[in-house]
Amino acid sequence: MSRAGLDIERVHKRYGDFIAVADLDLSVAPGSFFSILGPSGCGKTTLLRMIAGFLDPDRGDIRIGGKSQIGVAPNRRPVNLVFQHLALFPMMSVGDNVAYGLARRGMARSRAREQAVAILARVGLPGSADKRIDQLSGGQRQRVALARCLVLEPSLLLLDEPLGALDLKLREQMKVELKQLQADFGTTFVYITHDQSEALVLSDRLAVMNAGRFEQVGTPEQIYHCPASAFVAGFVGEANRLPGSVSAVHADGAQVLLDGGLQLAVRCAAPLAAGTAVEVFLRPEAIRVIGAGEADPGAGPTLAATVQAALFDGARSTLLVQAERVGVALRVAWPASAQAGYARGSTLRLAIAADAAWAFAR
Amino acid sequence: MKAGSGGRYLGLVLLLAPVLVWLLGLIVIPQVDLAYQSLQERGSSGERALSLAQYRGFFEESQYWRSYLRTALMSLLATACTLLIAFPVAWHVAKVARGRVRLWMMVALLVPFWASETVRSLGWMLLLRESGVLPQWLAAAGLVAEAPELLYHDATILTGLVYTSLLFMVVPLIGVFETLDDALLEASYDLGGNRWSTLWHIVVPHAAPGIAAGCIVVFMLAVGNYLTPTLLGGNSAHWFTEVIYDQFIVRSNWEQGAAFGLLLLVLSSAVVWVALALTGQRLGQVLRRT
Repeated sequence: MSRAGLDIERVHKRYGDFIAVADLDLSVAPGSFFSILGPSGCGKTTLLRMIAGFLDPDRGDIRIGGKSQIGVAPNRRPVNLVFQHLALFPMMSVGDNVAYGLARRGMARSRAREQAVAILARVGLPGSADKRIDQLSGGQRQRVALARCLVLEPSLLLLDEPLGALDLKLREQMKVELKQLQADFGTTFVYITHDQSEALVLSDRLAVMNAGRFEQVGTPEQIYHCPASAFVAGFVGEANRLPGSVSAVHADGAQVLLDGGLQLAVRCAAPLAAGTAVEVFLRPEAIRVIGAGEADPGAGPTLAATVQAALFDGARSTLLVQAERVGVALRVAWPASAQAGYARGSTLRLAIAADAAWAFAR
Repeated sequence: MKAGSGGRYLGLVLLLAPVLVWLLGLIVIPQVDLAYQSLQERGSSGERALSLAQYRGFFEESQYWRSYLRTALMSLLATACTLLIAFPVAWHVAKVARGRVRLWMMVALLVPFWASETVRSLGWMLLLRESGVLPQWLAAAGLVAEAPELLYHDATILTGLVYTSLLFMVVPLIGVFETLDDALLEASYDLGGNRWSTLWHIVVPHAAPGIAAGCIVVFMLAVGNYLTPTLLGGNSAHWFTEVIYDQFIVRSNWEQGAAFGLLLLVLSSAVVWVALALTGQRLGQVLRRT
């Protein structure tokens, strides 16, 4: 199976006054799963269409496997695209859909057919080559769209929010399947999405994109635990946003005085001067509810809080609490040990984990 | 409840009445009468008898069936030419043109139909006759020694037929092209297809109902056209509608005319049926596109 890396060098694209993609650099390792995560309108689709060849960058270079693709038509690039709404051909059978690309390469009908049947079996759709597209369920169509591309053994597979149209349950299931397929085929995947959970679960590395630029590129763990900007901290995962100002600066972080009056040690991605107005990002799971009779942990501050609302959501349950000296309502991870619910107005003690808060200038 | 549904039934009948009168009075009854008349023969003393003589006459007299075949073939040719011309036009309107340009293109397609067909055909005559605009220009430009007569050729009749029926092909084609998802075209290119494979494997199958609808309408208009072949083809037109006109009006041989009329109806129906069968489509599916 061929695999190739993708290198993007200072690629720029504007529509009139609107800059869709601003001098982007990107390098994707061969055989890896790379995601581009961003809100709609951030330029990720434009970038993807430039890689696929449907748009030309104003300047910059796009190389696949080291070869520049500038001026190469989409049907001659070693790239295939899984479209947002899949774009399966409704006028053809499932087998003909998958064999379409092979037939365009001049492969004999019978051989193309054999290969189509084989790859359909590999993506979990044995015996469906003669079905019509409208006889398939959403998840099955998804797999046909993947098979239609993978049968061509592309160096690079682009996926444009392919799970967007599926319902939640199926999306979760397809996430797992997609990850397994990628590992199975070893093809380089570039996946764009606005769903942070998809990006975190699937990717080896991901880029968070905003307003035509990458805010941060890294592993899912880096992006989640060490955000490089307020945008990343706010867009990826849940976070409490606490307003405050820098009261002291030291070597590996700063002290922030929250507007509510609490002093909090924070980390910062860019150096902050004392007195700067900041926003502190704190994940719900970085705030722990201290059980009754449990001693206060040494590191990090502890504070008293009152339950405002209990938001039960299985493993993702949180409590909304009003904590002293914080100023705004906090979302706190529901303690795993707590079986009983929390009554509104009941009081708790919270411990904020050390090194978990990040401050960015407002 | 019962009375209510009865009232609704009466309302439905009243609403449908004009259509029913039209269908029954102007289509079913005349056709039945035509069929009845075509099976009559007038004896020497004017008495009528049931016979197949009118149909025998059609096959025995070569000028009749030659005209019949010629009309069928020319109409097929006109339909094919209309399709070839209308296809890129409709594609451009549906997929390429945007905003005002698109609006003006639609207007440009419609404007010729504001003038009557007679006036349009006369316009063609002004352009094409020996002393007309085009032959004079050709002569003046030195391309030909003498101004040629461009009227009364088969090509002239074809031109006229294509021109008259273009809109009826363009409109259903625009309809089907508009429903074609651009992502399908991109997917075809992405998978290695080129212009021609995309046209053949994606666009044409998607547009098939629209193509069939347009072709049926255009073919029927061409076969049943009287004015255009007569004006642009003159005596050399040999259009079958002229033969029918001749029997009814000039020779007052209504029985023969009725037989010819029915044969023309059979021709239209047969061609439509064969075309649908060849392209594997159903009439209901096609009619939804018109």
